[in-house]
Amino acid sequence: MSSTYYETKDLADFPNIGEFAPTQGKAFFDYYAVATGPGALTEREKSLIALAVATVRHCPYCIDAYTNKCLSLGVSNDEMMEAIHVGAAMVAGDVLAHATQARKIIKKKEM
Amino acid sequence: MTFLSFSNKLEQFGLFPLTARDVSILQINVGRKCNLACKHCHLKAGPSRTEIMPREVLESCLTVARDPAITIIDITGGAPEMNPDLEWFISEVATLGKRLIVRSNLVILLDDAYTKFIEIYSRNKVEIVGSLPDLHQERNDRQRGAGVFAHEIRALRLLNEHGYGQSTSGLILDLVHNPVGAFLPGSQKALEHEYKNKLQTDYGIQFNNLYCLTNNPTGRYVDYLKSTDNYEEYMEALVNAFNPCAANEVMCRSTISVGWDGTLYDCDFNQALELSINHGTPNTIVHFNALELCNREIVIADHCYACTAGAGSSCQGALSV
Repeated sequence: MSSTYYETKDLADFPNIGEFAPTQGKAFFDYYAVATGPGALTEREKSLIALAVATVRHCPYCIDAYTNKCLSLGVSNDEMMEAIHVGAAMVAGDVLAHATQARKIIKKKEM
Repeated sequence: MTFLSFSNKLEQFGLFPLTARDVSILQINVGRKCNLACKHCHLKAGPSRTEIMPREVLESCLTVARDPAITIIDITGGAPEMNPDLEWFISEVATLGKRLIVRSNLVILLDDAYTKFIEIYSRNKVEIVGSLPDLHQERNDRQRGAGVFAHEIRALRLLNEHGYGQSTSGLILDLVHNPVGAFLPGSQKALEHEYKNKLQTDYGIQFNNLYCLTNNPTGRYVDYLKSTDNYEEYMEALVNAFNPCAANEVMCRSTISVGWDGTLYDCDFNQALELSINHGTPNTIVHFNALELCNREIVIADHCYACTAGAGSSCQGALSV
């Protein structure tokens, strides 16, 4: 049994996530291919979005996969960091937007 | 690290032994001398190398180039321009009316001693395949040396001025991208779009096609992988990306590669590993026999995974599979 939950080599197991549920697995991969493949947005643009989401979601596999994919597609380091900062800003905005609830309660409860 | 050997992988897909289909491409490495010493070079070419294909070997290559089986003559190096007999060889091969390709590092075309080759290439309708590993100056220079990107851009502008890469001239200028680091190249179509857009917008440069080449784990590149602790991960990436369709279409199935001393190989990467062809007859250009070579078993090893990863990789870029 592995001593850690996350292992680098497990990324290679991603194609097998349909094990024990092949119908759902196929449906997921079909959707994944369409969602991440080139369309109105380029594969390059979608890879930057995926990298930002991967860092926001703290997924080590996705960060590994999409950093490599961005490098492979010639995305510059500056562009990758800008995308990650968009993710960071969204998280910060999300947190601060929820401060509204706290502010409303403070204003209601304080004398 | 344990991974399936390339021969066992081929066996899994019923592709072993890998055999040639024909010998339509004659790829000639005219020497390992180069004005650059790129970090990814599988042949460790550079200014200090002395191996240059002698005139008599080029004459044997010319004889072979006349064989009707050969339809493409593909000249590589080192910097091919540094072979003193290249001008003569090109003028002779051009009379055969076959497709003639020279792989140039571009930078050398700015050197006073070699700039004449732009005119020599255009006069003989030579297709130029130029190296431009990355669109970003900093990355490009990390692989090829400080200041090289700016020289590449100047050389490309010069080639455009001579008609290369222009749609009406018939003079073909293709570019080669290869990753600057321990990762695989992305989609050739996506990268070609990016290259065309950026080179036109930022520098006013045009070219015909982009070829994406996977770095082969041989020569200086494997030294880099090992010294940065990237070797195992890179090999795993290659093995995981194995594509049987690409394996079926690898360029060595149609190629004979000639080393600077006339030794025959299945490809330029096998030259780096000194794995000459092994078809039971003498392995030299003077004994070239298209009939004997066209069904030969190709010599393979684990570095061959680089040509079968993803969309595949060959000297002509990703494969149309």
